[in-house]
Amino acid sequence: MEYEQELDMAPKKFSLQLWRRILKLSRNHWRELGECMLMLALLGITESLPPLLTRYAVDRFVVARDTSTLGWFIALYAGLLLFNFVISHRFIQLSGHIEWGVNYDLRAKGFRKLQELPFSYYDRMPVGNLLTRVTSDTAQIGEALGWGLVDFVWGVFFLAASFIGMAALNAKLALAALVSLPVMFAISILFQKKMIVSQRNIRKSNSAITAAFNEGIMGARTTKTLVREEMNYEEFSAQTDIMYRRSIRGAVLSALFLPIISSVGAIVTAFVLTEGAGLVLEGVISLGTLAAFMSYITDFFEPVEHIASIFSEFQRRQAAAERVLTLLDTEPDIRDSREVEELFGDNFRPKKENWPPIRGDIDFEDVSFRYKDGESVLSHFDLHIRAGQTVALVGATGAGKSTIVNLICRFYEPTEGSILIDGTDYRQRSQLWLQSNIGYVLQEPQLFSGTIADNIRYADKDAGMEEVKRAARQVNAEGFIMKLENGYDSQVGEGGNRLSTGEKQLISFARAILHNPRIFVLDEATSSVDTETEMMIQRAIEKTLEGRTSFIIAHRLSTVRHADRILVIEDGKIAESGSHSELIAARGRYYQLYTTQFREERSMDVLGKKG
Amino acid sequence: MHTQRNRLMGTLLRKNARYFAIAFLLTALTSLLRFVTPALLAELMDHYLGSEPSRLPAAVNRAVESLLGPGFLERNLWAFGVALVAVSLIGGVSSFYRGKLSSMGSESAALYLRNRLYDHIQKLPYDYHVKVETGDLLQRCTSDINTVRAFLNQQVVAMLNAVFMIVFALSLMLPISVKVTLYSLSITPVIFIFSMLFFRLVIRAFRRMDEAEAKMSTVLQENLTGVRVVRAFGQASNEIDKFDAASLEHRNRGIKVADLEAVYWALSGSMGAVQILISLIVCIVEASRGIITLGDLIVITGYTGMLTWPIRQLGRILTESGKSMVALDRISEVLRTKQEPEEPEALRPDLRQDIVFDHVSLYYDKGNDVLRDISFTVKAGQTVAILGPTGSGKSSLVHLLQRLYEPRSGSITIGGVPLDRIDRAYLRSRVGLVLQSSFLYSKTIRENIAIAARDAAQEEIDGAARTASALEFIEKSEKGYDTVVGERGVTLSGGQKQRVAIARTLMKNNDILIFDDSLSAVDTQTDAQIRQALLSGEKGVTTFIISHRISTLSRADLILVLEDGRITASGTHEELISRPGLYARINAIQSGLEDTASAETEVN
Repeated sequence: MEYEQELDMAPKKFSLQLWRRILKLSRNHWRELGECMLMLALLGITESLPPLLTRYAVDRFVVARDTSTLGWFIALYAGLLLFNFVISHRFIQLSGHIEWGVNYDLRAKGFRKLQELPFSYYDRMPVGNLLTRVTSDTAQIGEALGWGLVDFVWGVFFLAASFIGMAALNAKLALAALVSLPVMFAISILFQKKMIVSQRNIRKSNSAITAAFNEGIMGARTTKTLVREEMNYEEFSAQTDIMYRRSIRGAVLSALFLPIISSVGAIVTAFVLTEGAGLVLEGVISLGTLAAFMSYITDFFEPVEHIASIFSEFQRRQAAAERVLTLLDTEPDIRDSREVEELFGDNFRPKKENWPPIRGDIDFEDVSFRYKDGESVLSHFDLHIRAGQTVALVGATGAGKSTIVNLICRFYEPTEGSILIDGTDYRQRSQLWLQSNIGYVLQEPQLFSGTIADNIRYADKDAGMEEVKRAARQVNAEGFIMKLENGYDSQVGEGGNRLSTGEKQLISFARAILHNPRIFVLDEATSSVDTETEMMIQRAIEKTLEGRTSFIIAHRLSTVRHADRILVIEDGKIAESGSHSELIAARGRYYQLYTTQFREERSMDVLGKKG
Repeated sequence: MHTQRNRLMGTLLRKNARYFAIAFLLTALTSLLRFVTPALLAELMDHYLGSEPSRLPAAVNRAVESLLGPGFLERNLWAFGVALVAVSLIGGVSSFYRGKLSSMGSESAALYLRNRLYDHIQKLPYDYHVKVETGDLLQRCTSDINTVRAFLNQQVVAMLNAVFMIVFALSLMLPISVKVTLYSLSITPVIFIFSMLFFRLVIRAFRRMDEAEAKMSTVLQENLTGVRVVRAFGQASNEIDKFDAASLEHRNRGIKVADLEAVYWALSGSMGAVQILISLIVCIVEASRGIITLGDLIVITGYTGMLTWPIRQLGRILTESGKSMVALDRISEVLRTKQEPEEPEALRPDLRQDIVFDHVSLYYDKGNDVLRDISFTVKAGQTVAILGPTGSGKSSLVHLLQRLYEPRSGSITIGGVPLDRIDRAYLRSRVGLVLQSSFLYSKTIRENIAIAARDAAQEEIDGAARTASALEFIEKSEKGYDTVVGERGVTLSGGQKQRVAIARTLMKNNDILIFDDSLSAVDTQTDAQIRQALLSGEKGVTTFIISHRISTLSRADLILVLEDGRITASGTHEELISRPGLYARINAIQSGLEDTASAETEVN
């Protein structure tokens, strides 16, 4: 399950090197980071000052009953508050800006990388995983840089300034406070370790419960037919019991922590109080000094927890940082060579003026292809297509049809041999050149949020409304488009989900037609749509194929019949090749396929009719 | 709506009353004890270090003297230290148990909600699950429960804590000096109202940020799933611009939240500090005039300082608690949906009997009939095949046999017993139904096959897998039966899933067996193999098969042709092919009579 993926990453030892790299990547924000740290240091120091003011007030105004300087006192105190307000506002603002700035930068880098990585990468990585890396993982790093150091820096300065303040008042009492610090730190670190483990267990349980709920909901109908309600409930409640126990354990840990810290603090406070009172009676220190000390010691231990949490803060987010860095480090294995890039430009800045025109001859010369995992799909494959021909690929799933198409689009490159476009190895042209000349319609039509018009002119942003309409009319899509509330300006929804599959198909054909490519690739849908739409799609396909070199992974009989050439692919080889009538007459594989699969599809077409 | 929500909240509190009650008391005790330390210090300074009279009631002082001897405290100031540690320890213990008990209460409440929701959802009618939006329901079961849990655990305690703190502070400060108290708490209401109002702004900014994030995620998601389209049209550069715009918007919204938070925290913090300053000044003025003592000053400024944080929090929590109420509403809405009714008097008759449909009609929404006036009889052990276009009511018809739906009119009987008198669980356990698109549980393949027959022996599992033509692919796969479905990209093809689903249904003791178009995901050959294997198996099982394959349909004892919810033809293969109609037409296509002829003439 996807939920598990990020969770079973074991907590690794804190890696300084990793964070140093992250810091280097965030160079743009160093100035802000520096200013933020400065603010925090100042805040730590100024927040340690009020006890000194208290001391003055007690000794001067209360004990000596001399209020002549009260005006100055108020002014100074108010000034300090104002200063605190300004710097605390500034540091929170800066932290926020760093958090979002770092997040944004990393996201942009990650996204750009994803646009360069080849499909072999996408085959390995589930979309959910990539999505996490570019959203929540980068957000975690942003938080780490923006806020991870905040408590630490503030705490260190507050602690140091408070100690100096106390030491200036009375060294012996100050020392007592200092001695207790290591104990406090030891307790804090111990607890934090335990809490990290406990938190992780709780998160695991939580995602197990989410997964169980998901399965319970998705499988509810099946559960009913199998009468499995009781068993499911037993398994589920076992999970929730574990969750309950783990949560209580976590709660006990965190409920225990503060009382322990404050009890140790109370012992120190008691000591300071007793000793201090003695010193007051002896006349060594003033009442004001005692009051100041008490106020120091009350807040002295507060930063300990925050300082101790710095490592766990970063450690917690380490897995996220690792995932983002891995993404950024991945090198695309399909690249244009330096010379090609210089001549034709790269994927982001094409030099279109140097692009040669394309006719559409395609030749596979002794092509072999193996996937990364070693699985061989094509070996010594030859194929010669003249411009304008329509080629239908048929054969069982996994025979290699998609691979051939992917190779033509240069989504993959041949492991051996070469593919020539108009007689030139396509590796001597830029990827963008080829891809700009290829029209592509997928089995599952993929649209993007936006209006119908936006989607049709997806590949040519500057296309005018007339061109959009012409393309839509050519594939007979205008009928349904005009029925929508806002016509061409209707929103298609996320991924086009406000349209039916058939309608999405039609839009994707219009998109391909407007693009006007020389080479056209179609992975034909198997999904059943109603007969009327089916007819419209069929006509759209014919329209789209006119005058272009076309490759079709065909599932529909009518498409196959119209092809100039039908290739029956079996185990990465061309088992049969010829026109429909030739192959029917040959009574071979194609004939077999035809009698089983296509006849059945024909029946489905009839049964798909309403009424 | 609100009464339902309140009733659910009442249930949660009542069920865990003992936890919550003690946690509430301990909250009071913990906050009360926090007032002791400044008071101790004040007593020490005024009476023992200064010359003021003791602030303790005379009775208490007498009791201490009679217990420890007169002048004991004057000579042994360390006793104050001990008292301070003791108070802290008691406070610590009290705070620990408060935390533990309020967690036990809220976690028990979450446990109760989780289990009850899960159980309830399973028992909701079939139709509910056909229509439900799964993402939304899942959210109610997970994040909404978490919101309620956090509310009970943290927010309720924090709210109580704030209230107790205010009550205690007022009752301790007012006796010292009404005037000073009023000055000291003069801007407390302002802090409270400011927190509430400002946090409302923050929430709105948060919502805008979430919306921007959702938009960005959509762009990203579409880019990643549509990566082939992006590349094929050479749009990487434009996609980067598009993503950058969305990501920038998200960043700007995030920064807006941070800016607001910066104002909120800095300002509310400063207001608290100003409150302390005002308190201090008033105290100084009063103390310098001898109206209050140094101890009073320490107590009052100390208490004022202790109040600023809970007040800030209270404003925030009150604004946030709205979210928890919405979550509770959403949960209680699910729990309000009616389950399948229980029928204590239901029968458990023998099901290997004749099945009779008598004028059965069914609709889900009024005026939109799915089945109309369906009548037919099946003898025990016969095979019935059903053919019909998409949406003709085939699935609904066979779903009736498991009582997943109830007919609106007419009756269905098995061996003369009306179906609606038969116990649902019993019926479903004796009627095997393989759905059109099968759902497998994320368990091993072995567990999936044995899911309805837990103690099954390996031979039985093998047998079922063999009959379902699943054995071959299972044995071929790396981990065989121990392959966990859905784990780490282990995906079974539609056909493989379907075969596992068939095998798991075969593991039940079926009197009636139904294939709801479930053989069409496997190829014709496998289809034939499975049917062959079934035929050679147990006799006497009445079988229903929905199919569009003539080879499958033709062997049935009775074929029903369903069109638009009505039976338009029924009979055997021989009877049906001789009559013009849907069956004859499909037969013509599949036996090659129609198609080959037209195909060849067209090409030639």
